[in-house]
Amino acid sequence: MTVDFDRVALADVSRHFGRRRAVSKVSLAISAGDILGLLGPNGAGKSTLIGMIATLVVPSTGTIRYGDRGAADVGPALRGRIGLLAHELHLYPELTARQNLEFFARLHGADPRGCVDGALAAAGLTERGADQVSGFSRGMRQRLALERALLHAPRLVLLDEPFAGLDDRAVTIVSHRLRALAATGAIVVLATHDLDLADGLVTRVAVIRDGRLITDERGGSGLRARYRTLVGH
Amino acid sequence: MSPIRVALLILKKDFAIEVKSLEIVSTTLFFAVSCLIVFSFAFVKEGAPVQDAAAGILWIAIAFSGTLALGRIFERERYGETLRALLLAPAPRPAIYLGKLFGMVLLMLSTEVVLVPMVALLFQAPLFSRPLLLIVLLLAGTVGFASVGTLFAAMLVRARTREIMLPILLYPVTIPVMIAGVQGTSALLQNTPDEAMATMWISIVTAFDTVFLTFCLWMFEPLMTE
Repeated sequence: MTVDFDRVALADVSRHFGRRRAVSKVSLAISAGDILGLLGPNGAGKSTLIGMIATLVVPSTGTIRYGDRGAADVGPALRGRIGLLAHELHLYPELTARQNLEFFARLHGADPRGCVDGALAAAGLTERGADQVSGFSRGMRQRLALERALLHAPRLVLLDEPFAGLDDRAVTIVSHRLRALAATGAIVVLATHDLDLADGLVTRVAVIRDGRLITDERGGSGLRARYRTLVGH
Repeated sequence: MSPIRVALLILKKDFAIEVKSLEIVSTTLFFAVSCLIVFSFAFVKEGAPVQDAAAGILWIAIAFSGTLALGRIFERERYGETLRALLLAPAPRPAIYLGKLFGMVLLMLSTEVVLVPMVALLFQAPLFSRPLLLIVLLLAGTVGFASVGTLFAAMLVRARTREIMLPILLYPVTIPVMIAGVQGTSALLQNTPDEAMATMWISIVTAFDTVFLTFCLWMFEPLMTE
């Protein structure tokens, strides 16, 4: 079954773990072409929110709709349209870069012959494809993990700290990649602490503090100043 | 994506990693053989084994070495949080469970290929008098043990006390399979192998397998979704 959507909408989404409320009544909608910057201090609930949008964490209350349907209505095929790059990179260190990409391509029903070489080239790892990932630097792993998340051309791209461990050149490449993805109609959600990198890249900004959405506004310059005003540090 | 295709992909991936590291195969086999050697010193006196000990020893070695392997099968998915990437595959999530179960069953069976001849040799047990029945019994018992163990191993993957919790949860639940395995093997080890009794125990283990497998496939997704 082919699944597609051009909008993700969260309505009053909350998640608590025991008595701790990680996310509280968040409502927002993200459309194709958006790069949403999810900002907030440590422990604000950004990763939990990304986990919920990725269908890995079930909301305690509220609904998340992909197009006009919920995750339960769409079924497993929905996950074939989601690409996730999390804190942990979702790579097998014992396997080579090529083996990792081939495995995840097949897992998502994609033909590895059609996408793995391109992914290695986009990660700048064409020459290192036959090397085990355990021998890679953090930045190389991060680039490979990003390409792993994008192998199956997802509609919804969820990135948790995608710039961690990247040098300036790689940051520029990744930023261009994210802009290109959004331009082709992907919905990009980007959780980051790095306001300078997010500034000028994101088209919308959602700031979360203590699990609550405190603002959802258009992106633009002066992100750091706006963030300080809202969060206070 | 069909669940079986995803399960086989995961099996193939785990096999590729295991071929490089030999981590689980070597530790499981070493532990199983060590168990048998210790038991042979305890239960073989002046060249004669204690009567009817072989069946119990075989199944204890299978259970202990299987527990050791179960502790490791999801460990690989924990380091890079790759379990989350598997959970994002566009296939029913129990396919991940099936892939891990296939791997676990194959690993335990390969250990049993070494254990059975060793038990036959060390304890002078006529394990090969009815080879077909023994193979079916071992297969059914292994599937029963591994099906529950794989679910518990997955469930405990994020628990700090997983090494302690796994046997505490696993052994009480798999006792029926172990008892049936021991009784069925004992029936085959008699001077005149009791085929009817062995077949009855095989049927009991198969019934347990059906219940365990159905329950585990049903429970995997709710247990793995946070």
